[in-house]
Amino acid sequence: MIIQALRRVGSKGVSFLDTFGASGMFLFQSLIAMPNLRNSFPLLVKQIYSVGVLSLIIIMVSGLFIGMVLALQGYNILARYGSEQALGQLVSLTLLRELGPVVAALLFAGRAGSALTAEIGLMKSTEQLASLEMIGVDPLRRVIAPRFWAGVICMPILAILFSTVGIWGASLVGVDWLGVYSGSFWANMQDSVQFTDDVLNGIIKSVAFGFVVTWIAVFQGYDAVPTSEGIGRATTRTVVYASLAILGLDFILTAVMFGDL
Amino acid sequence: MSDSNSNFIEVRDLTFYRGERVIYQNVNLDIPRGKITAIMGPSGTGKTTLLRLIGGQLKPDSGTITVDGENIPDLPRKELFELRSRMGMLFQSGALFTDISVFDNVAFPLRVHSNLPKDMIRDVVLMKLHAVGLRGARDLMPSELSGGMARRVALARAIALDPDLVMYDEPFAGQDPVAMGVVVQLIRLLNDALGHTSIIVSHDVEETASIADYIYVVADGEVIGQGAPDEVLNSEQPRLRQFMKGLPDGPVPFHFPARDLTDDLLAGVDK
Repeated sequence: MIIQALRRVGSKGVSFLDTFGASGMFLFQSLIAMPNLRNSFPLLVKQIYSVGVLSLIIIMVSGLFIGMVLALQGYNILARYGSEQALGQLVSLTLLRELGPVVAALLFAGRAGSALTAEIGLMKSTEQLASLEMIGVDPLRRVIAPRFWAGVICMPILAILFSTVGIWGASLVGVDWLGVYSGSFWANMQDSVQFTDDVLNGIIKSVAFGFVVTWIAVFQGYDAVPTSEGIGRATTRTVVYASLAILGLDFILTAVMFGDL
Repeated sequence: MSDSNSNFIEVRDLTFYRGERVIYQNVNLDIPRGKITAIMGPSGTGKTTLLRLIGGQLKPDSGTITVDGENIPDLPRKELFELRSRMGMLFQSGALFTDISVFDNVAFPLRVHSNLPKDMIRDVVLMKLHAVGLRGARDLMPSELSGGMARRVALARAIALDPDLVMYDEPFAGQDPVAMGVVVQLIRLLNDALGHTSIIVSHDVEETASIADYIYVVADGEVIGQGAPDEVLNSEQPRLRQFMKGLPDGPVPFHFPARDLTDDLLAGVDK
């Protein structure tokens, strides 16, 4: 019994490391030697549109609601201690340090990551990747690399927009509706938010999340079993793995950035 | 390799397994330069696999595959991709790029591998599409095409660069009688006019025999017969005769390997 359980854990571990190594090699091969700019730039722009621009609506709307909810909840608690003018500080720090990068990345994984996996998986099952190879074009550079870079570029921009819209939503609720004095709302925010500590760290987080989410998404698509069931599973795996990776990585990054280690 | 009599492709002692299953066991094949060679055989004998081995998308377990003097399994990635730009392949499913139009699909290899000006690319693409009867369909997206039309667009794409070697995987499947006749003629015509080497994988005996110069019949992981179409068609060898004439009974199995039917039925539900 115990031996068998150990064996199962061992083989799971080995196969995990195997996949991890394969995905590392895959990423490395996609990214070495970016081909000439004239050909790859239009491909990158197209991917930035489909990965980034098309994610704008869900990111902005979610940001707005998160900001509004934060302001409502925060106001109720702060008002108990008579310090509702600290609302701006509360909302902006929460969004810039944590919720902006994390929630935007989770939404990004669901919206863009799953789409990337499904698209690449379907290209594989319809032999489009194989026919690219036979035409003499490396699908890793032609299909994978532009999608990967688009994800890494778009993620921090989306996270910044998320936080910005969130803060605006908080001011709508806090200042315009609940009547917090706007001077203290913004002045408190300005006093407490540091560019390097808060804004920059948030951006660093979202770059890391963008890297991990897109990596998982493109690899799962490329590695998918080329059947309808296989692509369905790969898409699910992208969302699950990416979400777990975001939350785990967020803890590590937070510990390094704000934990005084 | 300027010798026009030499073989364009030489396959020696090729062995290939898919999992535990033997696909090829010590197979030898020659594909002569400038000719149409047909590879025929029952479904599931690995005819498509052979094309993928020649294209370097699969690696054999042992043996050599020499294309124009270069051993494919040993070629580094970069050289392999260069060699592939001289090959055209028509995939069974067509495998058109679904995010771009018919015109852009055919133009794709030209844009990647040549520095031709735009208007010249346009002329070449329209000529290739005209040859397969789909010049008027150039603005359609692949999802708007029928299966047979998609395969003809893929054919136009495969020959866009006038490659030295064209591999056709089931070019006749899904074509109506008119299109079938045109495609058959087109393959012959292209081969003679451009002097490239063609490989056709098919199990349409009649059409294939009418244009091929040489036929290999593969089954059970080996070459069971070869020769000019007449020789193969009129062969008295039992396995060959059965396949070429399409007879239901004979040594070529119709059934996928399984145990005896009676045993199977009497065995009841598997535990």
